[in-house]
Amino acid sequence: MNRFAALLDRLAYESGRNAKIRLMADYFATTPDPERGIALAALTGALSFTNAKPGLVRALIQERADPVLFAMSYDYVGDLSETVALMWPLPEGAAPPDHAPLLSEIVHGLETLPKRALPGQLADWLDGLDDTGRWALLKLITGALRVGASARLAKTAVATLGGLAPDEVELVWPGMAPPYLELFAWVEGRAPRPENLDPAPFRPVMLSHAIEDSDFTALDPSAFAAEWKWDGIRIQAVAGVSPEGERIVRLYSRTGEDISPAFPDLVEALDFEGAMDGELLVVREGRVQSFNVLQQRLNRKTVTAKMLRDYPAHMRAYDLLVEAGEDLREQPFAARRARLAALIARTASPRLDLSPLVPFASWEALAAARADPASAGAGVDAEAVEGVMLKRADSLYLPGRPKGPWWKWKRDPHTVDAVLMYAQRGHGKRSSYYSDYTFGVWTQAEGVDTLVPVGKAYFGFTDEELLAIDKFVREATVNRFGPVREVLHEPDAGLVLEIAFEGLARSTRHRSGIAMRFPRIARLRWDKPPREADRLETLEKLLGAEG
Amino acid sequence: MRPDELLHPAPGGLYCPKGDFFIDPTRAVPRALITHGHSDHARAGHGHVLATRETLDLMAIRYGANFAGATQAIAYGESVEIGGVTVTAHPAGHVLGSAQFELSWRGCTIVASGDYKDARDPTCATFVPVRCHVFISEATFGLPVFRHPDAATETAKLMNSLHVFPERAHIVGAYSLGKAQRVMALLRAAGHSAPIYIHGALEKISAYYQACGIPLGDIRLAKEAKKADFAGAVVIAPPTSITDIWSRNFPEPVTAFASGWMRVRARARQRGIELPLVISDHADWDGLTAAISATGCEEVWVTHGAEDALVHWAMTRQLRARPLHMVGYGEEENEAPPAAPAPASPPEATP
Ligand SMILES: [Zn+2]
Ligand SMILES: [Zn+2]
Repeated sequence: MNRFAALLDRLAYESGRNAKIRLMADYFATTPDPERGIALAALTGALSFTNAKPGLVRALIQERADPVLFAMSYDYVGDLSETVALMWPLPEGAAPPDHAPLLSEIVHGLETLPKRALPGQLADWLDGLDDTGRWALLKLITGALRVGASARLAKTAVATLGGLAPDEVELVWPGMAPPYLELFAWVEGRAPRPENLDPAPFRPVMLSHAIEDSDFTALDPSAFAAEWKWDGIRIQAVAGVSPEGERIVRLYSRTGEDISPAFPDLVEALDFEGAMDGELLVVREGRVQSFNVLQQRLNRKTVTAKMLRDYPAHMRAYDLLVEAGEDLREQPFAARRARLAALIARTASPRLDLSPLVPFASWEALAAARADPASAGAGVDAEAVEGVMLKRADSLYLPGRPKGPWWKWKRDPHTVDAVLMYAQRGHGKRSSYYSDYTFGVWTQAEGVDTLVPVGKAYFGFTDEELLAIDKFVREATVNRFGPVREVLHEPDAGLVLEIAFEGLARSTRHRSGIAMRFPRIARLRWDKPPREADRLETLEKLLGAEG
Repeated sequence: MRPDELLHPAPGGLYCPKGDFFIDPTRAVPRALITHGHSDHARAGHGHVLATRETLDLMAIRYGANFAGATQAIAYGESVEIGGVTVTAHPAGHVLGSAQFELSWRGCTIVASGDYKDARDPTCATFVPVRCHVFISEATFGLPVFRHPDAATETAKLMNSLHVFPERAHIVGAYSLGKAQRVMALLRAAGHSAPIYIHGALEKISAYYQACGIPLGDIRLAKEAKKADFAGAVVIAPPTSITDIWSRNFPEPVTAFASGWMRVRARARQRGIELPLVISDHADWDGLTAAISATGCEEVWVTHGAEDALVHWAMTRQLRARPLHMVGYGEEENEAPPAAPAPASPPEATP
């Protein structure tokens, strides 16, 4: 457990993607089975415990430590698990145990121990661990373990052990279970590739490149088909029959995460057999709802009947990877699309439909359709269109992001002129730069114009622009709060940033009442005095139009 | 007699009326005893300074040869009489030359320990507990959450990171007097024999350590090296430099910081540290309480840091204890003040 905890701790501080992969790969390469397999389960989110409430943790420390010293320490550290982990004392006069419990032992214990035995066992484990191990254990048992890396990155780290592509691990993953002995044996070349016996496995998805104006000249419009790009969640719906004859249906996110439990309504409504690529949307009264509405269904552990009723999930399909056991991925897009259209025509499900093609003869015609989807066939669903997708009619379904066959051509984002208010130092490579920016727009408060923060952006700028903003921040600092600097933001002095963003949502967590989606810095407006920046009312109007 | 008659807090520092001297005064005084060379304890401009040879030399390096009107060196174990008060120096284990001062007068003994640690440190003499009536202790890490791990274990973290990221420069923030040289010695003890690059601010002090017979190996100035030299190298710099413009010259740096504060995650995160190393030159909670117990004192005075917790602990051990609330200490080498890590962050907005 100590080594796993040290890895978790390091991942939490490290910001680089490749660095995270290497830290995990180093751990897997130097940790024996089955310990590393249990760690892999923890890293991919396959382990979750809620055995203990914070009250139990408090009770444990009260037994061991002076309550006044605990209170002072908690007050200083600010996090219960961390305070207890750091100050946990051995019983007076006791020698430290010679065995530090392993993660696998702890996980086994948590799965099998009767509830009343937990406090005593927990104290024994805490005695045997170092402070980082104690911290991770307390986070684990209170259900608050945060892993600073995605499941995808952990699988990528496993793949690097054998020099494999991440998608190869992804392909066999659905059939694997902790402690993943066959998986490690395979990637290390000690055993053959494990057979994927899952009747509804995930297939790595094909992704597109963003198209630039300069790309069009080299592309022949007649070689491409166009579809609407929907502002929903890309999903892969897979249905099959287990050896026991049971029908299995799963919905996967584009990274292969099984999200079926959150969408029982859609899972139940699917009646095909195969693997289908499409967009998850909320459709009410025959009309696709905005992403803000869909968001009500995302990141929920449990779904209430009310949510199912108010936000019915829907799948708009645009590709067919497998049909009734037949793999179509080696066939061209046009052929797959024809198979998909025929399948959808046969389906009885009101929750599944076909994403229509957008007819066009030239790039100019497609640009016109993209600018006005409502009159180009999207009709009442136009609000949920965020651009068009271009797919070569002859493109095979290739996992990853091959350049050439698929392009996304997004609608121009919304922009707003906002004023830089605070800047924070970045992480990793950017730790010497002020690279995270909080910006605000004008609003009236008690009869005076003041700036209210509306968002935070940390990308979108070039290296030169970063240098220029960093220099401005250092020169215009009016206040310092730890790593954060407040910069000059007066009507006639300050920096105006043109912020591009994808949409707005209401938020009670922000003073402005608004949260921005994907805000990024589009341009630096040195030419513009802050008094000419946008007002909150402008954003509210936009929110009204979108909402 | 009351111990107060021998030594008491006064504006400017601890004052001994019988000998008419201050210990580690925060303003210029006619006569000062200096426990060690950190800038919050050792200031320039006193009339007469009594300190160890090493502390006097380090003060001369930092402030120039004329940092005081007159100086007098005292060796560990040596005693001098000042106005009838016997002053004896003992090792404090904090940094090179650091001393505790034992003051005796009419059967009353007070030990002013300055900053100290009981952990092993190859770059300075080991702390010796001295029997006394009153022990004056700092409390920089005076909370039970501060229990510093073995410095060798923390060094192993750095060594492991060098192994996993052999192409990245590892920039370690460390106070320029004491901590920087200790990190060098720890790396050498862990088998790291490659050149260690340093910020210019560390040059003279590190050279002085080596001149005192403390081997630190091949130490080179970072500004004289080529960018390619830094791949997989350790670069040591003052804490303020590691996230400053200075650090931009290094390839994909891993930012480390060697400090007792790194034990608390919010602290490390607040500073943007990627590799926190809990290596401290101050006693941790166990060290403070063990040192106080070992002196057999009847009374503890706590100078600076988390005084309340240590005073509470002393009372539960039937010791008289009082916080002195001394100001001006604890920010040695731009060290973060020991207040709770609660920066007033701007309102958050999430994408
Ligand atoms: Zn000091
Ligand atoms: Zn100090």
